[in-house]
Amino acid sequence: MTLLTVSGLRKHFPLKKDLLGRGGGTVHAVDGITFDVAQGETLGVVGESGCGKSTMARLLLRLIEPDEGLIRLEGRAVGTQMPLTEARGKMQMVFQDSFASLNPRLTVEDSIAFGPIVHGLPRAQARERARSLLARVGLEPLRFAGRYPHELSGGQRQRVNIARALALRPKIVILDEAVSALDKSIEAQVLNLLLDLKVEFGLTYVFISHDLNVVRYMSDRVIVMYLGKIAEAGPAESVFGDTRHPYTRALFSAMPSMDPDRRTQQPPLIGDPPNPIDPPPGCRFKGRCAHAEDICGRGDITLTSAGAEHRVACLMTQPGSGHSSAPGKAA
Amino acid sequence: MEPRAPDEPLVSVSDLTVRFSRTGQTIQAVNGVSFDLAPGEVLGVLGESGSGKSVTLRAMLRILPAHRSSVTGTIRVAGRDVLALSGAELEDYRGGTVSMIFQEPMLSFDPVFTIGQQIAESVRRHMKVDQQAARARALEMLDRVQIPSAKRRLDAYPHEMSGGMRQRAMIALALACKPKLLLADEPTTALDATVQIQILLLLRELQREFGMSVIFVTHDVGVAIEVADRIAVMYAGRIVETGSVREVIRTPRHPYTQGLLSSTVRGELRGQRIEAIPGSPPDLAAMPPGCAFAPRCKHARDECLRAVPGAVDVGGGHEARCVLLKLAA
Amino acid sequence: MSAAAVDVREAASAAPAAQFAPTQGYWRSVFSRLMRDKVTVICALVILALILMAVFAPWIAPEDPLKGSVMKRLRPIGSEGYPLGSDELGRDMLSRLIFGARLSLVMGIVPVLCALGIGGLLGITAGFHGGRVNTAIMRTVDVFYAFPSVLLAVAISGALGAGITNAILSLTIVFIPPIARVAESVTTQVRALDYVEAARASGAGNFTIIRVHILGNVMGPVFVYATSLLSVCMILAAGLSFLGLGTKPPLPEWGLMLNTLRTAIFQNPWVAALPGLMIFLVSFCFNLLSDGVRSAMDVTR
Repeated sequence: MTLLTVSGLRKHFPLKKDLLGRGGGTVHAVDGITFDVAQGETLGVVGESGCGKSTMARLLLRLIEPDEGLIRLEGRAVGTQMPLTEARGKMQMVFQDSFASLNPRLTVEDSIAFGPIVHGLPRAQARERARSLLARVGLEPLRFAGRYPHELSGGQRQRVNIARALALRPKIVILDEAVSALDKSIEAQVLNLLLDLKVEFGLTYVFISHDLNVVRYMSDRVIVMYLGKIAEAGPAESVFGDTRHPYTRALFSAMPSMDPDRRTQQPPLIGDPPNPIDPPPGCRFKGRCAHAEDICGRGDITLTSAGAEHRVACLMTQPGSGHSSAPGKAA
Repeated sequence: MEPRAPDEPLVSVSDLTVRFSRTGQTIQAVNGVSFDLAPGEVLGVLGESGSGKSVTLRAMLRILPAHRSSVTGTIRVAGRDVLALSGAELEDYRGGTVSMIFQEPMLSFDPVFTIGQQIAESVRRHMKVDQQAARARALEMLDRVQIPSAKRRLDAYPHEMSGGMRQRAMIALALACKPKLLLADEPTTALDATVQIQILLLLRELQREFGMSVIFVTHDVGVAIEVADRIAVMYAGRIVETGSVREVIRTPRHPYTQGLLSSTVRGELRGQRIEAIPGSPPDLAAMPPGCAFAPRCKHARDECLRAVPGAVDVGGGHEARCVLLKLAA
Repeated sequence: MSAAAVDVREAASAAPAAQFAPTQGYWRSVFSRLMRDKVTVICALVILALILMAVFAPWIAPEDPLKGSVMKRLRPIGSEGYPLGSDELGRDMLSRLIFGARLSLVMGIVPVLCALGIGGLLGITAGFHGGRVNTAIMRTVDVFYAFPSVLLAVAISGALGAGITNAILSLTIVFIPPIARVAESVTTQVRALDYVEAARASGAGNFTIIRVHILGNVMGPVFVYATSLLSVCMILAAGLSFLGLGTKPPLPEWGLMLNTLRTAIFQNPWVAALPGLMIFLVSFCFNLLSDGVRSAMDVTR
């Protein structure tokens, strides 16, 4: 069953010009993104800085107003058919920076109870819920409920953030680089916790990360983003096993080999990811792509099916696209 | 400078201890770290936050705040007693013999001077050459670190460059005076994956070309494997295991190293639970007696808490500090 | 400040949808840290003593501060009947200093309190809303900020005419811009933090977010900054009186006393310096107090 549908989501940020009229331009942070999330699955979103994955997370919760696009939750359009407050109770978010995402002046218990109180739960019950959630995320309520964020370690703070996100009994939790700032041994603990909570509360995750390993470990389906657009999307086995987009392939080869005898010899890409400011038409990746041809700069490249549910935005996978490596029409 | 025997290590650190004092508390950041480093060798120091890996590097460059930290033990680099250096000698040592690159390149650069000016200034100070030669060297270095249109970039300010370019410029600055030892403190951690691998390969190439020794501090096992010849695993201010990359990665002997490797997430393991290390690292202001990892260790026994275990050589320079190894031997 | 926190809580319990007591535990921990800082405690005690002295002046002062004697002018410190000497009209200095604390403290504290209310409100509004609201408020504030504070105080007092109320009014206007600035910049920083986003994602409205997440984190630094303004305000108020724009003679006020005694600086310098010493003592204590409060409010220690 489809829980969340996102169609044509777009957000551009105009840049300010300086006094001499220089600068300006528009950041194409999220540029027409369509996907859906099924009940109970984990959708992984992977990409490098500037690909728009964090903006997308904030757009989903309407923390930023989208320029265009429609978000449907349980079949109802958020903002029109479903009030924002209701949607925000059903969708919650865990941020990367565990410290900045907790109010330093509130105890852990008050931070968790805040959401339920706002939604009208009596104070005592909200505190009760906060304590039981603390226990559930592995923090002994008697020891931790009255503590302040600075008295906790990074891993403990992120557990509190997860408890806070669960306090409204959401359907979907958006995890925006939620484990990226943690040490490896703590990251593993938190990932295990997330997997347990998902089963226990019947959650659906949108798991955003720059770390391919973590995304692959967590996700049922994966979206690869590049400069505000989806480059490749599909079931995890398919995207990771039968990678079609040259950018996704480059991301894979950029991962350390983890084998001292098979160290990486050639960098898969040269240079830095460009800024998403006023990108030229055509494929966003063509400037760094080894297979780029003239045709890649003409017109928009659409996501096209490349097998069951696997979609790729690359002319090389589209029969008759005019790219020299494109499969023949017959195929 | 004292003469050195040819097979003498370039770096020799023994019993390095660093304490920070803060409002009535003593933070035991580094607790008796000893290691040697041969010329041209790359040592990867692997550890999590609070393991003392960065503090060790900073102590080696003598850039810890003097009034709040106490450093004891000995650090010898290229025959010099680093902790005894002062004044002009220290200036010559920093940047001349040893230089450092950081996670955040903006720390290395002064925002009001161009990249070229800053590299040339460093070259002039340490290599005693004139302005023109220094600028030529700066240009050569920018070319060498593969900065496109290097000539134009010479006159760029740090903030005008992208993250990866800045990191390259910082490497150019660090290597311009041909140091014998490069200290790298998580230089690729803040970078995107596709940029990180470029910088790692560049560092590997430059290390070979310059024949310098490198101490590369990282929290990422994958990064350490890409660059290091030898790995030292740190936990709570001590080196708990050291050996060649192959030995340490394939046959880790210390339970912490084993836990660190098993808890490193690999995509292929989807559907299985990750074997995480329970608990969290000790409070450095209240260190447990004996092995600092014992409270999190599944093999812990009474003996672990009695004294800090000594290093046990398990063959081929592969050492680990664990009581279990002593029992097995 | 703790009284204000109680008010917030009472106001909150009136609204059924949002019952929340955020700051209770925090302020208690700040207070216990304050109590451990000896310098701050001493400063607070000095200021408390001065306030008590001002309140109970009629019972403490040995003489009538207005009653002079032409025969006993400018007695040195320690003269019989005049423990701190007498002024140029033969009035008892000790009594005048004790009574002077009333006006001097009022003129030092009231303008800052008023400015804290108005400037804090303006700054938080500007910072929270951003955009056009911010531009409108902050550019207006900037106009006032462009003048040196002494000049502005003198100009406004001059335009309104001499008198205590007008002096307080002009000082309030002088201190609104800097407080609004600090409040605005702190609010802008806090607003961008993830926990405010998280609160919005929990479905909280602007009012609840400001009350629970913004006020507590903004008022701390702003309050500390305002404390540091108390000494400046005291000195400016004294300056206005010195120029004849504040208190009128023969009322005792330290700034005015400094003014009228300046002619005696060569005859009896110690007596002439006494009001200045009081101003110095109070502003010094306020400054140390503000430093102490600042470090006590730093939760990360």
